[in-house]
Amino acid sequence: MAILEVKEVSLLVNSTGILNGLTMEFWEGYVHAVVGPNGAGKSTLANVIMGLPDYRHHSGDILFEGKSIKHLNVDERARLGITLGWQEPARFEGLKVSQFILASARDKNKDEVDRVLELVGLEPVRYRNRAVDKTLSGGERKRIELASILAMKPRLVMLDEPDSGVDIEAIERIFEAIAHLKKEGTTVLLITHSPRVLEKADHAFLICSGMLVDKGETGKILEYFSGKCLPCPHKNVPDLNSGAKAGGTNA
Amino acid sequence: MPDQAVEEILESINLHRSFDRGAPHVVINANKVLSSQVVPGLVIEPEELPDGVRARLLVRQGTKIKQPVHLCFGMLPETGIQKILLEVEIEDEAEVSFMAHCTFPNAVDIQHLMEAEIRVGRNARYSYFERHWHSDQGVVRVVPVARVKLAEGARFSTEFELLKGRVGIIDIDYHTDCQAGSSAEMKARIFGRQDDRIKIKESASLDGQGSRAVLITHIAVRDEATAEINNEIIARAPYSRGHVDCKEIIQGNGVARAVPIVEVRHPKAHVTHEAAIGSVDSKQLQTLMARGLSEEQAVDLIIEGLLS
Repeated sequence: MAILEVKEVSLLVNSTGILNGLTMEFWEGYVHAVVGPNGAGKSTLANVIMGLPDYRHHSGDILFEGKSIKHLNVDERARLGITLGWQEPARFEGLKVSQFILASARDKNKDEVDRVLELVGLEPVRYRNRAVDKTLSGGERKRIELASILAMKPRLVMLDEPDSGVDIEAIERIFEAIAHLKKEGTTVLLITHSPRVLEKADHAFLICSGMLVDKGETGKILEYFSGKCLPCPHKNVPDLNSGAKAGGTNA
Repeated sequence: MPDQAVEEILESINLHRSFDRGAPHVVINANKVLSSQVVPGLVIEPEELPDGVRARLLVRQGTKIKQPVHLCFGMLPETGIQKILLEVEIEDEAEVSFMAHCTFPNAVDIQHLMEAEIRVGRNARYSYFERHWHSDQGVVRVVPVARVKLAEGARFSTEFELLKGRVGIIDIDYHTDCQAGSSAEMKARIFGRQDDRIKIKESASLDGQGSRAVLITHIAVRDEATAEINNEIIARAPYSRGHVDCKEIIQGNGVARAVPIVEVRHPKAHVTHEAAIGSVDSKQLQTLMARGLSEEQAVDLIIEGLLS
């Protein structure tokens, strides 16, 4: 059953089509991946689903559990259980890790902070009183953001490039956290151009120039993506007019 | 009456249950010294004036006072002027930390004026944390002025906090002269609301080799409040280092102005500054809203972090 449906979604930015009539279904409890080259529209799709302010002027519709969420703000979508982990998580000067996690936690107690920090492989005693600021490495902030998502217990989580800027140990912990989310019944949407992240998905979509090129089992998309899409002639040049040709070329 | 006044002052700063009267302290209401306690090596000599108190605070050479010394400056009447004239001397190798609590629980029209002369001796350490407790009426005018001299290797830190209640008008003017190997850190955290007026001028002169200074100002203003920050570091000596950091969040019709001045007069000195003024960072806001916080809750949390 689809928990999220993207229906004919198009988004123009400065007269350029970033998303061009995307239609996709994300099944509940699955780990989905959206892959494609740089500039394909992957992060834009996540931002549109999250309802970020600069991404609300799209056409088409987005349904969550069968109901349109197009009119809802970011926080309203989040309260339905939709959330997003950024490729480059924000820094919060002065805000403690425990405050940051508790802000999103369903269970607002110290034990919950410790639980989710342990799930992402960070020692609570070392991290709970640190600030979510520049004193943390990119990998640490990424894991703390994931901890806050785990505390939120979302229905659908989108993780934008979950392996970017993190070391080998950290990425393993992030993969474990993704597995934990799946085990808890959360639908996961991985935004990536990394084959090793794609391998963690049950199902994948390949997009290019804001258009759906293919979808299916992860192995099929992985083979297609690594064999035919790289190098992609449309990298960083999403263009509405060349969209059809892009699909044709890659196919 | 003094005991009742002490209780009222302590209650207004939430210390009435936990305050240890055996710990080193001074409690002042308007121009009356209500209570004081010293420990070996600490000298407190207060003198009542018609409109305030003059006090000499001395920490003798080599004395290391482990407990913080509480200074409670209260003004229980509704109106009036309270002048606090402080002469502070921390002798060589001594260490002390002061926790100052300034409270005006019944204020209708109050002026709290402080002038401090502070000398910190060779390799001595002095820290001063000042927390203000104001009402929600915005009827207090606070004007603290401090002149600080640091001897070789001295360490000085001061922090001013005014987060609860209305600021009213505040006009801070602190200056520190730093000799070789000494360090100064001055920090202010203030939340202005309605028509509060905040003015801060902190400066440091790095006169000795290897001296250091950091000036940090974190301000939030909302409604019609204004803030003007003029922080300055002048580096005159080799290997002196300085940094000016000013962050201000504005909301509503709040206005913030920051003028960081850095002046370097020696080729082996180095001073940096950063200033960020504006609305709440959109990525921070979106992150918290994507976890289910409303915009108002997210803004409050971001400001709480900045001012912590």
